[in-house]
Amino acid sequence: MLEIRGLSAAIEDKPILQGIDLVVPDGEVHAVMGPNGSGKSTLAYVLAGREDYAVTDGSVSFDGRDLLAMDPEERAAAGLFLAFQYPVELPGVGNANFLRTALNALRRTRGESELDAVQFLRLARAETKRLAMPEDMLRRNVNVGFSGGEKKRNEVLQMAILRPRLAILDETDSGLDIDALKIVAEGVNALRRPDFSALVITHYQRLLDYIVPDRVHVLAGGRIVRSGGPELAHELEAKGYAGMVAEAA
Amino acid sequence: MTVAVQSGVAGFLARYDAMRDRLPGDPRRRSAAADAFRRAGLPGATSGRREEAWKYTSLRPVADASFAQSLTLADDSVLLARLPSIDVPRIVFVDGEFCADLSALPAAVEFSRFAEHGEFGTLARPDSEPLVALNTMLAQDGAVLSVPAGVDAGLVLLASIATDRAAFHPRHVIRLARGARLSLLELSVGDGSYLHNPVFEVQVDEGAILTHVRLQDESLAAFHLSTLYAEIAERCTYDSFVLNLGARIARTEIHVRLGGAKGTAHLNGGQLLSGTQHADLTTVVKHDAPSCSSRQTVKNVLGGRSQAVFQGRIEVARIAQKTDGYQMTQALLLSPDAEIDTKPELEIFADDVKCSHGATVGELDAEQLFYLRSRGIPDAAARSMLVRAFLAEALEAVTDERVRSVLDRAVEGWWERQAA
Repeated sequence: MLEIRGLSAAIEDKPILQGIDLVVPDGEVHAVMGPNGSGKSTLAYVLAGREDYAVTDGSVSFDGRDLLAMDPEERAAAGLFLAFQYPVELPGVGNANFLRTALNALRRTRGESELDAVQFLRLARAETKRLAMPEDMLRRNVNVGFSGGEKKRNEVLQMAILRPRLAILDETDSGLDIDALKIVAEGVNALRRPDFSALVITHYQRLLDYIVPDRVHVLAGGRIVRSGGPELAHELEAKGYAGMVAEAA
Repeated sequence: MTVAVQSGVAGFLARYDAMRDRLPGDPRRRSAAADAFRRAGLPGATSGRREEAWKYTSLRPVADASFAQSLTLADDSVLLARLPSIDVPRIVFVDGEFCADLSALPAAVEFSRFAEHGEFGTLARPDSEPLVALNTMLAQDGAVLSVPAGVDAGLVLLASIATDRAAFHPRHVIRLARGARLSLLELSVGDGSYLHNPVFEVQVDEGAILTHVRLQDESLAAFHLSTLYAEIAERCTYDSFVLNLGARIARTEIHVRLGGAKGTAHLNGGQLLSGTQHADLTTVVKHDAPSCSSRQTVKNVLGGRSQAVFQGRIEVARIAQKTDGYQMTQALLLSPDAEIDTKPELEIFADDVKCSHGATVGELDAEQLFYLRSRGIPDAAARSMLVRAFLAEALEAVTDERVRSVLDRAVEGWWERQAA
């Protein structure tokens, strides 16, 4: 599904990613772990198409298509979804309106009919309920006045409604209590199917107790320094990043 | 077929000389106004003279334009198509003249024409406002509306439809007696290059509530120069919202005097401009009684090389203790060549008051735009959503759903013009 080859990227001439190789096959969940400043969020943003990062080398193919040549909205239409580490507040934009506009934009590109307000609300209410979110979240402005946990859950709600092929979760676990963490994990697990993949970016092993990954990659200094099975997360927890990175070097 | 081409200050004066014997109302007021207009001219049109109130807006293009009295009447159905499709009573003027065929008069409002009585009000100041002098000199028609005490007259549409090369100076009077209510939707539209120079006098008596929503969607070649005076009595509310979308040059000048205790004035608005449009919203709020509040939120969305002006003056008299004055103007610049000039002026003589003002200028937020696009919303639609969101706070002040839908459609039309 996702093939990253020798990907390097910089922001304002400062190199951040320095040759990443990573393949996420169909139906698999991969975790990317690493210390602060290792380039985890940069990787997420570059994959989603944020313009302030310059790709200096390498390629990314998504279902065989050149991902880096696509606009952010084309990437979303192709099935890519980024759950933001810091979800953006949109004052004056109602959450329901935002979600319906996004869903219908995606449905149009897939040649599906648009949902009217009633059809959409039925779907959105069901998902809201499943994620144990208060229903008034749909009436509020996007992320405005949301607590940290509510913002993260709102990302998961968007993911549940937009049903991506590849979800990138950028530290969706940070700032969540254990109950919220479980809800987020259930949201991801509910999407697990042979044609769904996820890249779970996290600082801590905790989330991976609930979303069990097929593979774990350790990112340090803009490179993948180790890859392994789920047990690698536990090893990291025991040794710490410093020990692991030193070993790899 | 057209007659009597006129241009510049001399052209307007010549027109007055030609028709003075046929104009309604007190001829002495007319000739005094003509003298004032002759002295003042059109602001910005005389080189070397700069008035503070016209610091950012020059009417030289108005002085350079030529107008004519059109004798060609447009088809009624064509004109009707210019009006919003909401089913409310309407008072329609075409090139400044009342048009009974297009109107559906409200039952609960007493209506007469300025052309019949020539009744000038007492609030307008032709001696200090050149455009009011021009209006007073040449006004031929207008709506005189009165809502009797205690009557809720509901929603009424007051529409002006203009045709190419017309120049007209309507004189409108709106009076609400004690405890009356009226919701007035004022619409200005037209085709071609013309001058619409209305003067409004508004009087709101004790406990009355006037909601005044003004949609200026004139032709992009037109001049829209509007001056309004409002006198607000005790425990009254004058709730106004101006949406400036059209016109080559627009000036909306509003003078409100809060003359009785516990009065409220809302002078909210939005200005959406593009190309080389220029729009100027100038307000003067006089707090002349205690415990009144005035609130202003003005949002500007500016594309192309457009220029918006907001001048807001709040005067608090010594007697006006417990005044609550708030003023906020915000601009969203969609292009590096767009410009906003904001000038707040607070003049406070009372000591126990709460007055604040603020101004912000910014561009569309890159992070917000990326967030929307990352969800699959195409760039143009994402920009449109953010612009609407920016306007939403101001538009929320318009609570009548029918009126709101008219404004929403106008904003939609404006946005489609940008995308085209």
